[in-house]
Amino acid sequence: MNYRFNFRDIWAQTDFILEGILVTLALTVVTMLSGLVIGTLGAAARVHGPRWLSTMVAAYVEVIRNTPLIVQLFLVFFGLPSAGIRLDAMTASMIALGINLGAYSTEIIRAGLEAIPRTQVEAGRCLGLSGVQVFRHVVLFPAIKVIYPALSSQFVLIMLATSVVSQISAPDLFHVASIIQSRTFRDFEIYAVVSGIYLALALAMKLGFAAIHHLAFGRR
Amino acid sequence: MIREFAAIDVYYLLLAARWTLALTALAFVGGGLFGIVVALMRVSPFMPLRALGAAYVNVVQGIPLLGWLFVFFFGLPILASVQVSSWVAATVAFSFYAGAFLGEIWRGCLQAIPRQQWEAGAALGLGFGEQLRHVIVPQAVRVAIPPTVGFLVQLIKNTSLGAVIGFVELTREGQLTNAATYRPFTVYIAVAAIYFAMCFPLTQLSRRLERRLRVAR
Repeated sequence: MNYRFNFRDIWAQTDFILEGILVTLALTVVTMLSGLVIGTLGAAARVHGPRWLSTMVAAYVEVIRNTPLIVQLFLVFFGLPSAGIRLDAMTASMIALGINLGAYSTEIIRAGLEAIPRTQVEAGRCLGLSGVQVFRHVVLFPAIKVIYPALSSQFVLIMLATSVVSQISAPDLFHVASIIQSRTFRDFEIYAVVSGIYLALALAMKLGFAAIHHLAFGRR
Repeated sequence: MIREFAAIDVYYLLLAARWTLALTALAFVGGGLFGIVVALMRVSPFMPLRALGAAYVNVVQGIPLLGWLFVFFFGLPILASVQVSSWVAATVAFSFYAGAFLGEIWRGCLQAIPRQQWEAGAALGLGFGEQLRHVIVPQAVRVAIPPTVGFLVQLIKNTSLGAVIGFVELTREGQLTNAATYRPFTVYIAVAAIYFAMCFPLTQLSRRLERRLRVAR
């Protein structure tokens, strides 16, 4: 091995890398929020909705979960313009990521809702709680507790998966890496550095979620 | 020169899907080997081994697959001082990646076997290896099959990222077909449909096996 590693050219690009990190974080936050909204609506439709709606949501979940994210992204970004819908890379990324996470969180949230035994709800009603009170005290809080671990690890996975949007040149951290690569020709070094940044982000997210878990459920 | 998207293109996409399956198979074999080692490390009675196994899993799962692909694609030539083909880079990267996930799945399965089973083995005078081989693994395998099949679906989908280092599988073939026909919507719908046809049966199988396992218990 007589390769000489050179990280100097990469440190010179710190500001650019920081911009990429911000875009990645922004994408992650937007995706988490939209995924949560889609997931909650989807799960509600699956559990309480009419038959046709439940079937449609089930089909959505299966289609998304059995096809790769990158193909979904290509369909939104390259495919939709032929239907007259032209989106810039960031919008297309947010839409594709949100739809993707929405399918996974629908399944997770559904499992949480179904984990609450019907008898618990009935017991709540027998104690004279109103529908809203039952939902809040009997269904919602225990369901969140069941959902939380799976959902938070799904959030970390989607943060890592946002790197795929670099393939449609959305200016995220990974795309920044490919630009720096073409500027400096330090291909191994830049991808090693960027991988390290993703690792740090993933660990920070895991720690953050663990801390929230501890605060919310720790004392029970 | 732009040509029409025709039946022949669907045929080419199907041919390319073979490489998706081939890469999945290679990654599964390689990842399986890594996975067995990781799972055993994580249940071993020796603390440093457990910590090393956990560190491997955390590092692999904390970096996007794209990152691994590029690190191996550009890193292997540095290590080996020879150019590697995208086949080699992709196989190594995917094996490395799959190893962490399979290791975690299998560790969970090993740990799902009640402690008393280990103790019973010990009481019969079996060593750690013998307990594992004759008592724990035979029971854990039954638990392991449904999630392993489920992970195979993830792996098939993830091989799509092999396209970015020039590995010609289904997604890359889709990009090439799109470049020739400029029918992105049709092309990627076809690509997605082929992925679905490969993944959905496995998803269903995994689900059915899991249900059967739950009934059996």
